Amino acid sequence: MSVFIGMPGDFPANSAKAVQNSQLRFNLRKATHTIRGKRATVVGELPDWAELRAAGKAIKDHTLRHLDRYLVQLEEAVQRAGGQVHWARDAAEANRIVTDLVRQTGETEVVKVKSMATQEIGLNEHLAEHGITAYETDLAELIVQLGDDFPSHILVPAIHRNRSEIREIFLAKMGDAPADLTDEPAALAEAARLHLRERFLRSKVAISGANFMIAETGTCVVLESEGNGRMCLTLPETLISVVGIEKLLPTWRDLEVFLQLLPRSSTGERMNPYTSTWTGSTEGQTFHLVLLDNGRTNVLADEVGRQALRCIRCSACLNVCPVYERAGGHAYGSVYPGPIGAILTPQLRGLGSDLDASLPYASTLCGACFEVCPVAIDIPEVLVDLRAKVAHPRAERAGMRVAGWVLAKEVRLAKAQRLASRFRKLVPKRLPGPLSAWTDTRDLPDIPKESFREWWARNERA
Amino acid sequence: MRVALFITCVNDTLFPDTGKAVVSLLRRLGCDVDFPQAQTCCGQMHVNTGYRAEGVRLARHFAEVFDGYDAVVAPSGSCAAMVREQYPRLGVQAPPVHDLSEFLVDVLEVEDVGAYFPHRVTYHPTCHSLRGLHLGDRPTRLLRHVRGLELVPLEGADECCGFGGTFAIKNPAISAAMCSDKVRNVLDTGAEVLCAADNSCLMHIGGTLRRQKTGVRVMHLAEILDAR
Amino acid sequence: MSARKEILDKVRKAVEGAPEVEIPRDYRTTIPHDDLVAHFAERVDDYRAIVHVLPSAEVPALVAKVTEGRRMIVPEGVTLAVAQVVPEDELLTADGVLTGCAVAIAETGTIVLDAGPDQGRRALTLVPDYHLCVVRADQIVSGVPEAVARLDPSRPLTWISGPSATSDIELNRVEGVHGPRTLEVIVST
Repeated sequence: MSVFIGMPGDFPANSAKAVQNSQLRFNLRKATHTIRGKRATVVGELPDWAELRAAGKAIKDHTLRHLDRYLVQLEEAVQRAGGQVHWARDAAEANRIVTDLVRQTGETEVVKVKSMATQEIGLNEHLAEHGITAYETDLAELIVQLGDDFPSHILVPAIHRNRSEIREIFLAKMGDAPADLTDEPAALAEAARLHLRERFLRSKVAISGANFMIAETGTCVVLESEGNGRMCLTLPETLISVVGIEKLLPTWRDLEVFLQLLPRSSTGERMNPYTSTWTGSTEGQTFHLVLLDNGRTNVLADEVGRQALRCIRCSACLNVCPVYERAGGHAYGSVYPGPIGAILTPQLRGLGSDLDASLPYASTLCGACFEVCPVAIDIPEVLVDLRAKVAHPRAERAGMRVAGWVLAKEVRLAKAQRLASRFRKLVPKRLPGPLSAWTDTRDLPDIPKESFREWWARNERA
Repeated sequence: MRVALFITCVNDTLFPDTGKAVVSLLRRLGCDVDFPQAQTCCGQMHVNTGYRAEGVRLARHFAEVFDGYDAVVAPSGSCAAMVREQYPRLGVQAPPVHDLSEFLVDVLEVEDVGAYFPHRVTYHPTCHSLRGLHLGDRPTRLLRHVRGLELVPLEGADECCGFGGTFAIKNPAISAAMCSDKVRNVLDTGAEVLCAADNSCLMHIGGTLRRQKTGVRVMHLAEILDAR
Repeated sequence: MSARKEILDKVRKAVEGAPEVEIPRDYRTTIPHDDLVAHFAERVDDYRAIVHVLPSAEVPALVAKVTEGRRMIVPEGVTLAVAQVVPEDELLTADGVLTGCAVAIAETGTIVLDAGPDQGRRALTLVPDYHLCVVRADQIVSGVPEAVARLDPSRPLTWISGPSATSDIELNRVEGVHGPRTLEVIVST
């Protein structure tokens, strides 16, 4: 997975910078609180939400348990319906496959439906290196691409931008933007419509992802809102879909669960404006399906962490996360920001870099993410599990070892407490070293004259 | 009823008054309160920071100390949730731990504990009480029965204060930003006292309230329920 | 070793010994409703689409009225008449399209097209700026599970819930991006 350029730091450093940007904080707060409210309303409408959630979780777990069987079944079904299936072990292989497929068409331009998987593998950059221009067509992705920026939210990639910033980007970078463009969202959307319309009609090749793939029938499913997805899926002669292997569902019937869970969790609507399903080659189109591993089988091998593969990319966890709300998506240094990113990225990429090792700590374990997750991913559980696998800083390790030693026996704890009480007047208002992080903004509590256990011993004896 | 008090290491060391209030309150309600003196810590800090081996050692010690009691009462939603939620995952037998308000409302079946506290109070439910233990409105039901107490709602009550154990040290900027929003909401209520069922969250919010010289006090639920 | 074999081998190794999972399906598969038509119409209206409910005998007159002055594409399976029909190859310049549908869902206000004879290929309902869809009352089901059961996955399906929309700018909903900006639904009872 490509690390975002310009994000060399770790999460604490990235987020400390982001949190000082008051415009960003305002944009994020407004957006996340709006969508969180909408989600709560439409989820509240369904009396069987808990049952749908339980089914969604179990269907995904069952699929993962038999992923090998279902992948083969999917492959056969897609081929039977006239589609071609390709397998990619990693990003490099997927990029190579897609680039070759585009080259075979003789085209040098492709239109794209928003897809997390192709962002994960850095497909656009790879295509560009090989003389192929990829045009993002989702409005938010267009904003991100024109602004030479990075997505910061799974569903709303330009959530960090407000309308006046978007207007400036369009005026500067969109050749055909009207000079009198206002910052009204409707006007901005209209500018994007006109900008992309001709491109849709002209393009011969489209690249998409998929929200779901049905093993039984070979059907792919894309949920969207704007119609850019329909344009890409319908009009070009060749369609290439790059899909993570975990996106499988066993049967057609399973969609009855996920088409209820996903829109309500994601955009907070009863249903998103457009859902397209297609099976193999459709209406004369050439169809290629690229099945992507890129670390997923490693995640699958982890008994605790594999639940992250249930994720249907709804982004409900981002919208309720108090850390995401203040840090923004870029701080997570990956296409998967927020709580799900904090468990998915370090599992896909490994815990080697400072950034990836800091992600499991990018949470207070408040549990809001788990509560809203439509497939019940226990994100705090996975975070804690990952923390046990991270290489800890030496000073922290030493401190924790001492604390563990003191807490192992009550006599040691009692002795430490008496020591603290004796020197209680000498505790500085500002602590040294890493502990200064506490006293920078907070006062320390007063250390009491005697601990509870001393008080108890004294009273019970009396 | 013979009840063991699990004071928690933080309360034991820094907030003994909370422990004294629990003892006094439970005795008033007719419980035979014991304090197993071999207790130390539930292991949450170690486990949640990624030091599982040390955490498991502490958890096993905890399980031994509290073995055999009918009920273990803790004035901390977070530590109670640690025992109940995480011990099974760590392969440690979890003693029957209750958060204080859970014990009062569900086990003793009292909501009016006979307290008197003539002040304007707002209540922060704390994440682990809310989403870990699912305490719901038990704490506020108890507070509503306190004579003289005016309970004022807290905007954004269910949002985390930003403490998160070592999160406050590892991610100080975000932690402080979360806390400053919490503090603003607390100040907006006009309450004299911010109450919660967890002193660690209160230490964090209270430390900020004090640094900003707001004059708002923080108090553990047990201390308000024990006020006469 | 081929990528296919390597991935499948890794999957098998990863899940070896993992527990079997039962799938509980305790959710509602039908959602009883007194008046499906009214419920559907209310939900379509929620998306700010235009919706009419009227007896089948009155539908031709309404179709004629709302398509007046519009150059319409009409797939061959549609039996209703409009004043100005344009051939499919004038898709890019047509004002609108008139279709039927395969299924409609009351709970979510959704119409589903399956490229049947009264709907045509998918592009027809995408490129023109106006989509008029006539739904027969007996095509309306209560919820998503019934719709999924009625549909044929081998056909290309388009589920439509209101007009094209985006919420990408400050989470403000704007109707009409790339798909039809106006969706008009007539429920024929």
